[in-house]
Amino acid sequence: MEKFEKLTGIAAPMPLVNIDTDMIIPKQFLKTIKRSGLGVHAFDEMRYLDDGSENPEFVLNQPAYREASVIVAGDNFGCGSSREHAPWALADFGIKVVISTSFADIFYNNCFKNGMLPIVMPQEAVDVLMKDAEKGANARMTVDLESQVVTTSDGEAFAFEIDPFRKHCLLEGLDDIGLTMEKAGAIDSFEAQAAQSRPWV
Amino acid sequence: MSGKTLYDKIWDAHVVQQDADGTCLLYIDRHLVHEVTSPQAFEGLRMTGRKVRAPERTIAVPDHNVPTTLDRENGIENEESRIQVEALDKNARDFGVNYYPVSDVRQGIVHIVGPEQGWTLPGMTVVCGDSHTATHGAFGALAHGIGTSEVEHVLATQTLIQSKSKNMKVEITGRLAPGVTAKDITLSVIGQTGTGGGTGYVIEYCGEAIRSLSMEGRMTVCNMAIEGGARAGLIAPDETTFEYVKGRPHAPKGAQFEAALAWWKTLYSDDDAHWDKVVTIKGEDIAPVVTWGTSPEDVLAITDVVPAPESFTGGKVEAAKRALQYMGLEAGQKLTDIKIDTVFIGSCTNGRIEDLRAAAEILKGKKVKDGMRAMVVPGSGLVRAQAEEEGLAQVFIDAGFEWRLAGCSMCLAMNPDQLAPGERCAATSNRNFEGRQGKGGRTHLMSPAMAAAAAVTGHLTDVRDFMAAPAEA
Repeated sequence: MEKFEKLTGIAAPMPLVNIDTDMIIPKQFLKTIKRSGLGVHAFDEMRYLDDGSENPEFVLNQPAYREASVIVAGDNFGCGSSREHAPWALADFGIKVVISTSFADIFYNNCFKNGMLPIVMPQEAVDVLMKDAEKGANARMTVDLESQVVTTSDGEAFAFEIDPFRKHCLLEGLDDIGLTMEKAGAIDSFEAQAAQSRPWV
Repeated sequence: MSGKTLYDKIWDAHVVQQDADGTCLLYIDRHLVHEVTSPQAFEGLRMTGRKVRAPERTIAVPDHNVPTTLDRENGIENEESRIQVEALDKNARDFGVNYYPVSDVRQGIVHIVGPEQGWTLPGMTVVCGDSHTATHGAFGALAHGIGTSEVEHVLATQTLIQSKSKNMKVEITGRLAPGVTAKDITLSVIGQTGTGGGTGYVIEYCGEAIRSLSMEGRMTVCNMAIEGGARAGLIAPDETTFEYVKGRPHAPKGAQFEAALAWWKTLYSDDDAHWDKVVTIKGEDIAPVVTWGTSPEDVLAITDVVPAPESFTGGKVEAAKRALQYMGLEAGQKLTDIKIDTVFIGSCTNGRIEDLRAAAEILKGKKVKDGMRAMVVPGSGLVRAQAEEEGLAQVFIDAGFEWRLAGCSMCLAMNPDQLAPGERCAATSNRNFEGRQGKGGRTHLMSPAMAAAAAVTGHLTDVRDFMAAPAEA
């Protein structure tokens, strides 16, 4: 997995609350058997008009935000379906960080498996970051995972919390499966013991 | 030291290893797999030369993409869908996991097949690359959805790296009024707590109204725990659970069953257990409900009117404006005045036999209103067979419903069962998101009985108008 250390980039404001994973990547694009190539379909129904042309009003179609690498979003981002196609589509578009007051659990987990950083911040901080994002392409936000700080284009800094294990994996680009396979002995013992205590399972 | 919740007990029984920072490696008893979220995971195994660690604990069934029309034995027309189902066929064969192909009468929606075949048992950990895995919590199993990377992790290691959630209790006291069902309970809870209200928690549903539900009803309640943001929903197992499980193909038999039963009976929250959050709702206060907007939290009693966006606060004001525009509704409009085009009865929320019975009860001797499209999609081939045996299928057909084969169908419209732009649907499924049932499609969520009533009248309808003399509460 790609490492995530520090990023400076354009942040797109998406203040809508409850942006669900059906919005991020509609079902017709879940028929793929690959992980790649979904960026062009990210936010498909908001991003494209019925004739297939771009909707100029959608934030990521505006010249200032086409190269965005951060999204500052309304509450409860990524709710609904467990589809990992949502973070795949965002990452393929170029989004590496999403900042919100809250995330749906499964989407939040899925981000970390794909080298993306979801950041939970209190409402007051998200309000400031949203304003900063609204300034467009000249205002670049910096996200530093090591020091756990987001800095606005004006230099205002906000600390954030992150689970130490997840931080470690992102910083080092570690593959979860490889890590767990090293614990095969412990899994063997658990299975042996469970075969005694819960043989019907 | 306080006692343990049911969640604590199941969690503790599955910890393989705990790290200093509290991160746990959790053992997974059952891994359910479907065709949409698994191809990349199996591909990952192939690329790294890994095997499925416990194929005997892995159960695969195609459901999202499969056509539900009677001619489906002729194959899947959409090429991408066909490739995805064929990939699951091949992966199931290559890796040797339990498999119910499209041609098997036991095929159906993964969350209906698992319990039906006795794969889901109390006290287990159950995962699937699907958010509605919460359904299995009805058995007192810790069950939740995972992403594809985690599917690969479970396939390779039979474990998941997890942090523990907090404990939330949702108590539904007393009894339900006539016409009120499990779907009304679960929607009402989300209406009250919001789609983010359960974030960070595992919910245990309890109280007299929950105890009185059948296993089918309990599955409906737990199914939508994810719509309230919770990692999982749970209901403590009891005689109703044990009775349902007993005799199922993969449930323990004889002495094994007795041994299992002894443990299952210890699976309840202790009286002095600690709850991080408690929500209590009186069963008597729950009305038959529908959703009006594009979030499952947009829930109102059927007797209500469409709300004004200004009646909300914060970001919800804009979201409600957008929802009304998308749904083509005006604030102040009576919900029962909303005309519908289509009725969909099915899904992992309401595609079980009891759901079909409830809908058929309303439809007996009645007709679907002229010009409307109505379909019933049973949750599994066995549900379909049972409904035919009980004469329910004939009731649906006589009323003018299409009687389909099993699958996810119009719940998420990955197969040809889709809404057209602007088409309005009374649906027994779980999500009313923009575009969920087809681009531009408009979804109102409700119980099977309410959906059946709407099919007859052509507009959102209070099912109590269809009930003879009011039964005693």
